[in-house]
Amino acid sequence: MNTLIKRLKAFGAFWYDFVVGDDWRVAVVVLLALLATFGLSKTSVAAWWLMPFAVAIILPVSLWRARRR
Amino acid sequence: MTGTGGALFAAVFLACAVEAVEAVTIVLAAGTARDWKSAGYGVGAGLAVLAVITAALGPAVTAIPLGALRLLVGGLLLIFGLQWLRKAVLRASGHKDLHDEDAIFARELAAAKSAESRSRFSVPDWYAFTLSFKGVLLEGLEVVFIVLTFGANAHDVPLAALAAAVAVALVVLVGLAIRAPLAKVPENTMKFVVGTMLTSFGIFWGAEGADAHWPGDDAALLVIVPCVALYALALVAVLRRSAPKPSAPSPELITEGSR
Repeated sequence: MNTLIKRLKAFGAFWYDFVVGDDWRVAVVVLLALLATFGLSKTSVAAWWLMPFAVAIILPVSLWRARRR
Repeated sequence: MTGTGGALFAAVFLACAVEAVEAVTIVLAAGTARDWKSAGYGVGAGLAVLAVITAALGPAVTAIPLGALRLLVGGLLLIFGLQWLRKAVLRASGHKDLHDEDAIFARELAAAKSAESRSRFSVPDWYAFTLSFKGVLLEGLEVVFIVLTFGANAHDVPLAALAAAVAVALVVLVGLAIRAPLAKVPENTMKFVVGTMLTSFGIFWGAEGADAHWPGDDAALLVIVPCVALYALALVAVLRRSAPKPSAPSPELITEGSR
C-alpha cells in the first residue's frame, strides 16, 4: 500500500512539475486572466488585451522572485 | 504554407529540436559509457510508450470542440511557455547557468560509469536501458504535448507532426554521425525563441478560447510574437544589471541575436 501511495505521489509530482513548473503563481494568474477574459467578453468592452496584460505583469514578478533566491 | 502555418512549423520544429538534443545527449551517455544495445532497447521502449500515449491522447484532443480546446490548450500552452521564457530570460541575464550539453554529457557519463552493471529481463545492462528510456520518454512527452496542442489548435496536426519528425530525425542523424553531444547547437537561444513562440500562441489561443476577438484576427499573431520577444529581451537587459559576477551574460544570445 505504501509503495502504491509513493508511486501515485511521484506520478502527481511529475505532472505538477511538467505543467505548473517552478512558480505556481504563473499558473494561477493565467487561470484568473482566462476567467476575466471570458467574463469581459460577455460585455461590450474589448477583452483581447487582458491576456497580454496578465503576461506583462506576471513574467517580471516571477523573474524577480526567482532572481532573489 | 500560410503565415500561421509557417509560424506553427517553426515553433514546433525548434521546440522538438531542443528536446531531441537533450534526449540524444542522454542516450549517447548511456551508450558510450555502458552498452549501446541496452541503450537502444531503452530508446525503443521509450518510443513505444510515447506511441501509446499519443494514440490515446491524440483522438481525445482532436475530438474536443475548437472553442473549448483553445481555452484549455491556450491556457496550458501559456503556462508551459512562460516556464520556458522565464528560464530563458534567467539564463540570458546570467541569473541561471546556461544549458551546457558538454557538461550534461560529462555528468551523465560519470554517473553511468560508476553505476553497477546488472542484467534484467534479457536486457544486458539495466542501467543503460533505464537511463535512455527515461531520457526518451521525458523529452518525448514534451514533443507529444507540443505537437498535439499546436496541431489540434491550428487544425493541422499533420504539419505539426511533420515539423517534429524533421527536427527529431535531423538531430538523431547528426548525433549518430558525430557520436558526441550536440554542444554547437545554439540551444539557449533556441529555448528563448521557443519560449517566446509558446507564450505568444498561448496568449492568442487562450484569449480566443475565452471568447475574446483579436483585432485583425490571425494577423494579431504577427504583432504578439515580436512584442513578447521585445518584452523578454527588455527584461533580460534589466536583469543583467543585477547579474552575479561569475556567470556573465549569455554570449550565445548576444552573438546569435546580432546575426
